[in-house]
Amino acid sequence: MSGHSNDNVSSEELWGGGRSPYGISYGKMYMWFFLVSDALTFSGLLTAYGFSRAASEDPWPIGEQVFRALPGLEGQYPLVYVALMTFILIVSSVTMVLAVEAGHRNDKRGVVRWMLATIIGGVFFLGSQAWEWSHFIHGGGGSFLLATEVTITADNGDEYVLPVGEPIFMDHHFGEIAEAYSNGDASVNLHEHHGHVTLTQFGEHTHEVELHQLTIHKYIEDEQVITGDDIYTLWEARSESFTFGANMHENEYATQQSYANFFFFITGFHGFHVFSGVVINFIIFIMAYRGVFERRKHYEMVEKVGLYWHFIDLVWVFVFTFYYLI
Amino acid sequence: MERDDLIVNDSYPLNAHHSEEEGVKIRKNILFVTVLLTVITAVEVAMGVIFKRAETFSWEMIKWSFVTLTLVKAGYIVMSFMHLGEERSVMKKTILIPYLIFIVYLVFIALTEGFGHLYNLTNFH
Repeated sequence: MSGHSNDNVSSEELWGGGRSPYGISYGKMYMWFFLVSDALTFSGLLTAYGFSRAASEDPWPIGEQVFRALPGLEGQYPLVYVALMTFILIVSSVTMVLAVEAGHRNDKRGVVRWMLATIIGGVFFLGSQAWEWSHFIHGGGGSFLLATEVTITADNGDEYVLPVGEPIFMDHHFGEIAEAYSNGDASVNLHEHHGHVTLTQFGEHTHEVELHQLTIHKYIEDEQVITGDDIYTLWEARSESFTFGANMHENEYATQQSYANFFFFITGFHGFHVFSGVVINFIIFIMAYRGVFERRKHYEMVEKVGLYWHFIDLVWVFVFTFYYLI
Repeated sequence: MERDDLIVNDSYPLNAHHSEEEGVKIRKNILFVTVLLTVITAVEVAMGVIFKRAETFSWEMIKWSFVTLTLVKAGYIVMSFMHLGEERSVMKKTILIPYLIFIVYLVFIALTEGFGHLYNLTNFH
């Protein structure tokens, strides 16, 4: 052996194991490694979103225009619902970190209580996401595409030349019956006279709706409402192509399909993480309740699932910025 | 067989106990981070609603402030909630450096290619 400085260190001490260079248990370390790989997956998804958006020739819908509804309320609240979801997830992250803190004091009651609060937060988030998905899939009133070029005047007085293929948006009262009509529902009749367009649905309760408002550029920057005679001009110029809501093949929000598909894939993949997080949290909650960790004399399992749960919050922070805000 | 999740010695922080008084300090810090994250989220939403992208000459600047605020939020979540700030420096580096190298590269290449693709579409078609 050369050198004198390690004369006093036995090889057993250096190579015999029992030392932890990272000062961390294997469980926590592998949770971190898993999270790094998972973070790369989400980064890949968000980067793919950025790529598609940067490379898109068609207008890209903006979050404030697409996500502006609140359950049970009329009116427009841009991004308020998504902000609320973000807040729910942040709060449940906080209750998780409080559970970890209680674990460090070997406070079983504290751990159980905060774990329960975390699970409730997670369930609330999942419920909110279910509503968000349902709203996105059902959409507003749907849209039709123009078959010919049309020049119209919007309510603000500006003149617009709309090219072939431009989507025109109906309001949801009219769109509801228009959807049945475009699906070939025989109980729906279309009346057009003196520039008025009326749809009537016969049945137990006969339902009649007149077309009195259309919107252009609804989900992009320059939303404009159109009323008056121009409605009929637009209706006349319609093609056969109606779209209601969104699915994996078509969507009313954009002429390209990427926007809707990324919504389903990114928020769906994140939602699946939340779901599995809730399940794992529930298992740890039961274990803590039954005193498993009390007998083990430490609550490290709570820390490990805590890491996973915080990671879910971390991912959502990025999804919120890159999918909804920018 | 000896289970190593039961090890109780100084090299593992498995039973990183702290006293009641330290707990009060830690909880104070948690409250601070909570308020900060909530306020940042509210500011972001307000900015998104107030500034219209078509009309604002500085939408680019707003976009970058969204990114910056998000990184601040992420930093607090990772360092405070996930306690990475309290881990040894070698652990921090093992987690952060490989990730950052990959992601900077990935974002750079995707955006360069994305805008390049659009440029080709609009100029050579």
